[in-house]
Amino acid sequence: MDATNPLVTTPSPLRASRVRPGRRVADRALRISCLVATVVGAVVLGSILLMLIVEGIRGLSPTLFTQPTPGPGSEGGGIANAILGSLVLTTIGIVVATPVGVMAGTYLAEYGRGSKLADIIRFLNDVLLSAPSILIGLFVYTLMVRPMGTYSGWAGGVALAIIAVPVIVRTTEDMLRLVPGTLREAGAALGAPPSKVITSVTWRAASSGIVTGIILALARIAGETAPLLFTALNNNSWFSPNLMGGVANLPVMIYQFALSPYPNWQGLAWAGALLITTTILALSIIARLVIKPQNAR
Amino acid sequence: MPALSQSIAIAETRSTPRRGPSRGLDAMFRTCSYAAALLVLLVLAGILGSILYGGWPAFREFGFGFLTSSAWNIGTEQYGALVAVIGTLASAVIALLIGVPVSLGIAIFLTQLCPGWARKPVAMTIELLAAVPSIIYGMWGLFIFAPIFARFVQIPLSNLVEGLPVVGTLLYARVPSGVGIFTAGIILAIMIVPFIASIARDMLDQIPTVLRESAYGIGCTTWEVVRHVLVPQAAVSIIGAVMLGLGRALGETMAVTFVVGNANRLSASIFDPSSTIASRIANEFNEADGLQLNALMALGCILFVITFIVLIVARLLTRRVRAA
Repeated sequence: MDATNPLVTTPSPLRASRVRPGRRVADRALRISCLVATVVGAVVLGSILLMLIVEGIRGLSPTLFTQPTPGPGSEGGGIANAILGSLVLTTIGIVVATPVGVMAGTYLAEYGRGSKLADIIRFLNDVLLSAPSILIGLFVYTLMVRPMGTYSGWAGGVALAIIAVPVIVRTTEDMLRLVPGTLREAGAALGAPPSKVITSVTWRAASSGIVTGIILALARIAGETAPLLFTALNNNSWFSPNLMGGVANLPVMIYQFALSPYPNWQGLAWAGALLITTTILALSIIARLVIKPQNAR
Repeated sequence: MPALSQSIAIAETRSTPRRGPSRGLDAMFRTCSYAAALLVLLVLAGILGSILYGGWPAFREFGFGFLTSSAWNIGTEQYGALVAVIGTLASAVIALLIGVPVSLGIAIFLTQLCPGWARKPVAMTIELLAAVPSIIYGMWGLFIFAPIFARFVQIPLSNLVEGLPVVGTLLYARVPSGVGIFTAGIILAIMIVPFIASIARDMLDQIPTVLRESAYGIGCTTWEVVRHVLVPQAAVSIIGAVMLGLGRALGETMAVTFVVGNANRLSASIFDPSSTIASRIANEFNEADGLQLNALMALGCILFVITFIVLIVARLLTRRVRAA
């Protein structure tokens, strides 16, 4: 496990003088290029964050959280409707995806062991996990937007749910598999039926892992733009509790405003981008902190 | 003996009323989890079915010519997939050419070279790159990277290669704006690096330390250990990880839409603006109707087929190793 133990790494510089030059050059080249690759990765992340902070803070205004998006070319306004819409859409997505994902993951880990069907489902779930999200947008468009005749928040929520489900299925299954079989046997020996064993023993033992999966899914769908383009679209007015019709949301707002010719809109897009990225990075870091005790075990 | 059978009988009669409802619940729970798992299958079938249904009229209208035609004319209703398909493949290949060496470098650095204290923060930084939404990469690409790239790479390079055969057509930028297929490839490379790097790192970590230590023990340098011990051991799964990255690059939408230029032009230069399947759908879908909508859905079908073949191969490669 421990790759950089001192026994392994220290001898090579000591013996460097006795190593043939060609081998030494190849070794140096590898070390330097690996270091450069990592530095480049870190620099890119740093430059993205720097861009967001500089431009995003410039776009901040006191009305950001209190006013809806302004019309084209007009001044002022905020992104309150987009923030609210994004919260509603991701909530719908995660509320729909969590029971489906956890139950499907439970089937794969508990009931479907060794069954062919479970193998196929597990495999296709992995494929769905990295499927292009724009195709999911097309699917929900055909499924909901076209029959209903209007873009709707519900369609947006369903599209996000479809993206979230595979993430939750995968982590739930992985985490349930980490639960030792003896715990299940102990539960069964007390006379508990399988459903009771699952709900009060295995789920509980794997709870932090399952929650991590849900947070990761949340982080994944919070920034999704492509599927929302064809489902929830956008809306410049205040959020209405009726989810039929376009619903404003941060990602589509950012997309449309960033590419617009109006400086005011571009400023709002940057502010929205800063907001959404900090939220998602915070969620990912939280997910990693939650999963830590699981790994230590 | 009679006492025993009597007590069993009592136990059975006692347990029956208690078990009744809980057995019903048990069956219900099982059915629910089964249904949820089947839903995953249903969604995948639904995706394929819906875009096939939507794209069918375009396939029927243009037949096989849809794949080989580079037309995309809304006025005359002539549609072909060639430009978008080539754009998709070209940007993904560029992304792999740049992204794979970098991600392997990062994976090797993290598992072999990085001092222990720095490992966690560095790994976290790289993984956070994966969490950044694609639209942010698009903005970074368009507003930060493209101007710098145009000024310091495209313009000098275009001046250098102008008029040269082959290299001149390949690298000459007619409009050095920084956007185009190559920029899309670079942004895609940045986006797939964290995925490939983290899988490759896991695979390198799984190789028994004994192998590495014995290689060092007979006097191998780090390069030789990597080249002759680690890479052969992890090769299959690393190829799987690369395919997974390819799958992502092929289907990535928003970041590419920002930086690809969205032109329907077949150009030999990698610096010219073009389109990918996903960027064209994202750009035109909301204003499209009739045959154009069908053609976009048909593009979606092609994207589905390409990415799913790639993803299935990727999962098969990574799976076989996990099982072994």
